[in-house]
Amino acid sequence: MSHNQPEKTAQSGVKEFHPRVHDAITNPQIRANFRKAMDGLMDKRLAAFPSDDELQGLRDLAAAIRLRALSKLPELLEKLEENLTANGVKVHWAENGDQACQIILDICQQKNAKSVIKGKSMVSEEMELNHYLEQHNIEALESDLGEYIVQLAEETPSHIIMPAIHKNTDEISDLMHDKTGTKKSRDVEYLTAEARQQLRERFEKADVGVSGVNFAVAETGTLCLVENEGNGRLTTTVPPVHIAVTGIEKVVENLEDVAPLLSLLTRSATGQHITTYFNMISSPRKEGELDGPEEVHLVLVDSGRSNIYQDDELLDTLRCIRCGACMNHCPVYTRIGGHAYGYTYPGPIGKILMPHLAGLDDAKDLPSASSLCGACGEVCPVRIPIPKLLVRLREESVAGDSDHNNSSVKGRGSKRSTSESLIWKGWAKMHKSGGLYRTGTGAATVFRFLMPNKVGAWTKCRTAPKLAASTLHQQVKARGKNGGEK
Amino acid sequence: MSARDAILNRLYQRRDGAISAPESDFSIVQAKQWSDEDKIDLFQQRIESVHAEVHRVSKDNWLEKLKELAQGKGLNNMLVPQQAQVGVDVRANWSEDGLPELLSYDQPIEGWKAELFSNVDGAVTDVRSAIAETGSLVLWPDNDQPRLMTLVPPIHFAILDAEQLKNTFHEVIVSEGWVQQGMPTNALLISGPSKTADIEQTLAYGVHGPKELIVLIRQ
Repeated sequence: MSHNQPEKTAQSGVKEFHPRVHDAITNPQIRANFRKAMDGLMDKRLAAFPSDDELQGLRDLAAAIRLRALSKLPELLEKLEENLTANGVKVHWAENGDQACQIILDICQQKNAKSVIKGKSMVSEEMELNHYLEQHNIEALESDLGEYIVQLAEETPSHIIMPAIHKNTDEISDLMHDKTGTKKSRDVEYLTAEARQQLRERFEKADVGVSGVNFAVAETGTLCLVENEGNGRLTTTVPPVHIAVTGIEKVVENLEDVAPLLSLLTRSATGQHITTYFNMISSPRKEGELDGPEEVHLVLVDSGRSNIYQDDELLDTLRCIRCGACMNHCPVYTRIGGHAYGYTYPGPIGKILMPHLAGLDDAKDLPSASSLCGACGEVCPVRIPIPKLLVRLREESVAGDSDHNNSSVKGRGSKRSTSESLIWKGWAKMHKSGGLYRTGTGAATVFRFLMPNKVGAWTKCRTAPKLAASTLHQQVKARGKNGGEK
Repeated sequence: MSARDAILNRLYQRRDGAISAPESDFSIVQAKQWSDEDKIDLFQQRIESVHAEVHRVSKDNWLEKLKELAQGKGLNNMLVPQQAQVGVDVRANWSEDGLPELLSYDQPIEGWKAELFSNVDGAVTDVRSAIAETGSLVLWPDNDQPRLMTLVPPIHFAILDAEQLKNTFHEVIVSEGWVQQGMPTNALLISGPSKTADIEQTLAYGVHGPKELIVLIRQ
């Protein structure tokens, strides 16, 4: 991004990944807040799928729907544009976040807008829209309660569904007291009612509403938004201009496709059968209608997605419907929280998405910040094989020119070290030849006193391995001579 | 080259070639069917579980129930549609003392935004259909019952006929022929009052939209 980035690591102020993780792990408040929240979310998801047959069947269907949409992605995007345009919605295309910010700024400036009210949108976080607008003297106010809290704290969301999950009630009460003058209180009803009042006035006066999109339906030219609070409906109905912003992968082919996706999305995310509102927008206000925006815009953002699209294996990344179940079930996320990752999308989905958006050179620590336990892949409602993609990205990060020849992952090979790759080349060669193998392992036993006590990161919290005095081959051979006891 | 053409070009000229996708088998969604009686029970159970208030009424006594509730909630006024039958019925039977004043949403929002945001206590609307599986009301807001009518006032009364209940959202889309009819400006599912759990996962209602959703099921 060319515009100045706000400090992404509001949690600790530390820029490097490992120190940031260390800070999070040693912060008992963070540990407790996330543990409690994630345990609750896992239980709720489980309760929302009483029939495993139904769950597995729905996952098959949802994965097929998303794959079908991707298989026709350019055609569907054109169809979406055609139908939205026919409905009176203006469609814009942006190669990256900066272009998308510029498009939104242009619309705001044309309308002489001074204030923008926002519904929750992770793509707008990804492109740091609020910061960009503020640099151009347009106030951007988040209206989702969690996003509002995070914005008051001058932080970024720590979870894609529950942005303020890293804070407990006391912390939020203190924050609202300091920034908005509410009473200090543990009464969530009171705090919520205060926020409602503060934001209502802003909705009335906002010049432009900006929202995300959960599903964009090509067949009818319809933008679908999933929410509980009603701020998304207000954002898309009250201001005279509505700008929706979304990644190019969010398109689905048919209207009926959204039904199973919606069912899986809300149940996987928070264990709700459905959210309070499912809001489907197909056009600006028509002649005779008494409310709704006069203008609706859709900004389609690429930001590396079309590059992910090139590769058969990486393509699965684009099936994501952003439910957050992978982070709710991730043992790493639960312990370090969302901010420690240092990127817009935390948790397992962030680990397979951010390396493409930011480049593997920048996001080099993400693919290896995983125990590969597989929980994310097991709960993913669209069956994204996240562990497999993590392994692929680990390979990409150390890849040389001859590996995955076609690959175009940004920053590939950035973790490659010449000595390490030589060692592995030698290792491979030795294991392919019986003679070399026996000579090599034999030499290793003879020169085992040369084994260093410290071997990099391994011995930070472990003792160095000790080589045996004889090889397995030698030991088995000796046993055979001694009568082959079984 | 425009951003549009550059993006589409990259997508059309995909390096790994065409993607084959399996058939989408919707039978798992279509299999969800309940009897008429079970649909009502399930709808009620699901929408009550997210804090909506449900009353089963008859086609003869629903107005009495609505009056009782509107009075009991202490409303000063409420919006009522002018053309929809529920609105016509309410207006024709609303003469007793002590009932909230009936208002009409009869001008563009720009002319009375502040009034709607601060001085309207409730709204009555009909619904297009409803979904048993998720406890959802289906609405297509229009000139007579605009979008903000079910969003800004703190209490929303929705009048639902038991025959309007469908099994699933999928059934609603397909059996009502949404694609063939063409989508309205805004189509909406409402499942309970506005809520949030953004403060330490503690549920609170009425964060931006209505604090109360009251459904009258006419049987």
